[in-house]
Amino acid sequence: MQWETVIGLEVHVQLATRSKIFSGASTAFGAEPNTQACAVDLGLPGVLPVLNEAAVAMAVQFGLAIHAEIPEVSVFDRKNYFYPDLPKGYQTSQMYHPIVGPGVVEISLDDGSTKRIGVHHAHLEEDAGKSLHEDFHGMTGVDLNRAGTPLLEIVSDPDLRSAKEAAAYLKAIHSIVTYLGISDGNMAEGSMRCDVNVSVRPKGQEAFGTRAEIKNVNSFRFVERAIEFEVERQIELLEDGGEVVQETRLFDPERGETRSMRTKEQANDYRYFPCPDLLPVVLDQAYVDHLRGNLPELPAEKRERFQSELGLSAYDASVLSATREMADYFEAVKDVCGDAKQAANWVQGELSGALNREGLAINDSPVSARQLGELVARVMDDTINGKAAKQVFQALWHGEGESADAVIEAKGLKQVTDTAAIEAMIDQVIADSPAQVAQYRDAPVEKRGKMIGYFVGQVMKASRGTANPQQVNALLKEKLDALC
Amino acid sequence: MHDKTLRELADALGAGEFSSRELTQYLLGRIDRLDGDLNSFITVTFEQALAAADAADAARARGEAGPLTGLPLALKDIFCTQGVKTSAGSRMLDNFVSPYDATVVEKLAAAGTVSLGKTNMDEFAMGSSNENSHYGPVNNPWDLAAVPGGSSGGSAAAVAAGLVPAAMGTDTGGSIRQPAAFCGITGLKPTYGRVSRYGIIAYASSLDQAGPMARTAEDCALLLNAIAGHDLRDSTSVARGVPDYTAELDAPLSGLKIGLPKEYFGEGLDPAVADTVREAVRVYESLGASVHEVSLPHTHYAIPAYYVIAPAEASSNLSRYDGVRFGHRCDAPADLIDLYKRSRAEGFGEEVKRRILIGTHTLSEGFFDAYYKKAQQVRRLIRQDFLDAFEEVDVLMGPASPTPAFDLGAKKDPVSMYLQDIYTIAINLAGIPGISVPAGFVGGRPVGLQVLGTHFAEERLLNVAHRFQQATDWHLRRPAFAEENA
Amino acid sequence: MALEHADVQRAAHLARLGLDDNEAARYVDDLGRILEMVDQLQRVDTDGVAPLAHPLDATQRLRADEVTESDERERFQRCAPLVEKGLYLVPRVVE
Repeated sequence: MQWETVIGLEVHVQLATRSKIFSGASTAFGAEPNTQACAVDLGLPGVLPVLNEAAVAMAVQFGLAIHAEIPEVSVFDRKNYFYPDLPKGYQTSQMYHPIVGPGVVEISLDDGSTKRIGVHHAHLEEDAGKSLHEDFHGMTGVDLNRAGTPLLEIVSDPDLRSAKEAAAYLKAIHSIVTYLGISDGNMAEGSMRCDVNVSVRPKGQEAFGTRAEIKNVNSFRFVERAIEFEVERQIELLEDGGEVVQETRLFDPERGETRSMRTKEQANDYRYFPCPDLLPVVLDQAYVDHLRGNLPELPAEKRERFQSELGLSAYDASVLSATREMADYFEAVKDVCGDAKQAANWVQGELSGALNREGLAINDSPVSARQLGELVARVMDDTINGKAAKQVFQALWHGEGESADAVIEAKGLKQVTDTAAIEAMIDQVIADSPAQVAQYRDAPVEKRGKMIGYFVGQVMKASRGTANPQQVNALLKEKLDALC
Repeated sequence: MHDKTLRELADALGAGEFSSRELTQYLLGRIDRLDGDLNSFITVTFEQALAAADAADAARARGEAGPLTGLPLALKDIFCTQGVKTSAGSRMLDNFVSPYDATVVEKLAAAGTVSLGKTNMDEFAMGSSNENSHYGPVNNPWDLAAVPGGSSGGSAAAVAAGLVPAAMGTDTGGSIRQPAAFCGITGLKPTYGRVSRYGIIAYASSLDQAGPMARTAEDCALLLNAIAGHDLRDSTSVARGVPDYTAELDAPLSGLKIGLPKEYFGEGLDPAVADTVREAVRVYESLGASVHEVSLPHTHYAIPAYYVIAPAEASSNLSRYDGVRFGHRCDAPADLIDLYKRSRAEGFGEEVKRRILIGTHTLSEGFFDAYYKKAQQVRRLIRQDFLDAFEEVDVLMGPASPTPAFDLGAKKDPVSMYLQDIYTIAINLAGIPGISVPAGFVGGRPVGLQVLGTHFAEERLLNVAHRFQQATDWHLRRPAFAEENA
Repeated sequence: MALEHADVQRAAHLARLGLDDNEAARYVDDLGRILEMVDQLQRVDTDGVAPLAHPLDATQRLRADEVTESDERERFQRCAPLVEKGLYLVPRVVE
């Protein structure tokens, strides 16, 4: 039987506010335990929440970025359950009237095509604290620094059909929130976390299969692997005549498998009801319009512009718009050198290669966009040839010079285009290579093309790589043929 | 000194008749001597009180005295008070020394008042008799066999007994007005949102409101001046200017339209209480007011709606008491669930558990629409009843309670206890202000006249109550208990 | 709506309230009568009436995104039953 996979993602994005969603405590990462948990975060008797404007603005910006409906009124509800990292015994969230309504995220697939994935809604809520399970005399320690950090939970429609699509969707969300600057998107620090709903159904069947929810999958790669494992597990189960149980599962990255969470708990009943300590949030049109007017260019728009205005291929446009940092770097290189295709080649070629080798992010590149742009410009105006350009790049990478021009000057890499100087070098090489000249002369005409390579190499060597290769080629051919 | 009003004490302090320290020492002495028979205080803050009195005297000496500087009062033990035990009448918080001050506490301190301590109350403000306190019941100074009302029973009894001239209470379904009525004092529940709830231990967030309890409407106005206003820490507090609530106290009542809701004079009302209230209304007629019968057709559904909404909010508000960050924690929990279940079973009293269970049940899956949503719909109809009535009349009047104070232990059945609040509960659902004013006695126990106004009509209510107190002397009567022990 | 023993046990579990069988039986009785009183609500025609969550028709005010709180762990943990190295301790949570 042919199976179809159906996937929906719930992505929790920590918003990059300075203070918490309902209190004035700092959201900075990595502080000593409980030093950033204020009276409100601890849920001390009598404390009350007040909503952070920046969290609202960031949620709305996300909504606008995915062309979502922004309802005029949204309401906070309480989700009631007991857990040590949940200080008040309820999480303040938005169950019935979320701040962001239905929208669309466009994902790009490996074959260069795109697909539109529906976002069901996105809502604001507060994060919980952390339970530390290392040994405190057999007890668990609770750190509430994270409690009250604003989260935007983005709930997709069940539109994803493969692990690859799910990963692409997650990357698209990552790219949107980092473009907007509403999250640092740091998955290692938990700024972006993901719950995955997976089910399978026979191809052609309309009804969804029973789904499993895989909790807290925290990297693009794990999302793919968790889904691949889960899909295989469910198909095997069904083909063996079994049934998928609706349950919550955990992904174990070490074993690369999902496993059922051992819960003896009876089904949860969260008893949602409107939080009486908070009033309805009403967004007037002027406020939303103001945020809309200040939206930066978003990844999909950038990708489109890179293709239509700059003439890049779909692949290049997609790679170069994947993160705001990458796109900003690329555009800066392009502005300095004046040629988008050359800029794209250098950023994706020499630069990305070097960054990958050293495991650096583009923001940490030792070669600045200005330096690279000037280097590309020098190739384009024939000041240096391609070979010398690589040398200049390496020099800049290792900090041996302030600019491409300085390196070219210091190393004497300026391309030699003076015909007389090149002819002199050619004459010397011909004079020094009687045997090779004889071979050339004796060879049939159609083989001479290949044999010229030796002479080119010698001339380039003599020029320490600075001779213009096209000129060398042409002049050599002329002179050798004259000898025949 | 013990039977003077805040205004009289302020005048005496201003005239140098005695110092705030002398006044404070005198009242602390009374508390020490008399409160054994009343149990109106949970904590008496002797040292802090004397330090605050000294600071007030020093401020006065510098010429920096305000209208409340140096005046003693007491706080219901539901207001978080930094460095002082704040128990909410519960074993759960018996060990809780608050690390911060409620906004009301800050404001009263900034006004120069001197808190003598924290008063007894029904646990987490759930009760109408003060019999639900972990610290034991409070006796009514008018008759030690009677309850003082609840949940602000300690505050009411302390004022009535002359232990303090005024006290702060909170009112979720009548918890200021009913004990004020039972103890023969004046108690104001302001409009929801008029006074900050920050630092007041929550019972039912959409209904809770703090207010003053004192001997006169004038004193209530003085205190409301100090505590009212917008608070950036309370999203539900209202950004609206605070008038001088004493400015209109003497305004004449000629032309005042009084509405008598017919539902407030029906079945269940003690006929002697009804007569007392009607007598009070006749005083108003003599002051130039006109009387009109009005109807609040959904009155009957206020108690049912309240007993869905308040317990639902409470069940959630009280989830934070889990034995982890503060409050009672059971000994040697076997596991997490045992920690929760035992800490909460041991920390909460019976009525609190009852309301948590009702609230949890009515919010749970399959019941939400039939209970919670329905109750909120009815709540809108109840509010509309009042708004409609205030199109016709300026204020509404009726009894604060269907009977005078009942005997300790008389009401064992929870539902019959709940029905006590028939005339006060709808006011919290609608969010409007209400004041209870001493209006006479039945069987030697005080009766309160309740006056209601539309949202933010506190000035009018205080004016209406004050004029009544200029024309009558019910508010000047003192229980023998207070005088015998002067 | 009649209230069963199981309803009370379920609510008690959700609310993390330990109840023994005697207490549970008493609450079945109490809660049953309270809910009977509450059931009078069903007699009110509420068709088309919007639920009222707050008595005033106010809207949420927003706070500027500023850090106003500083580290007060020591003071806040003075009222905590069990802490170590700045952490609140609870019986081992099994995941």
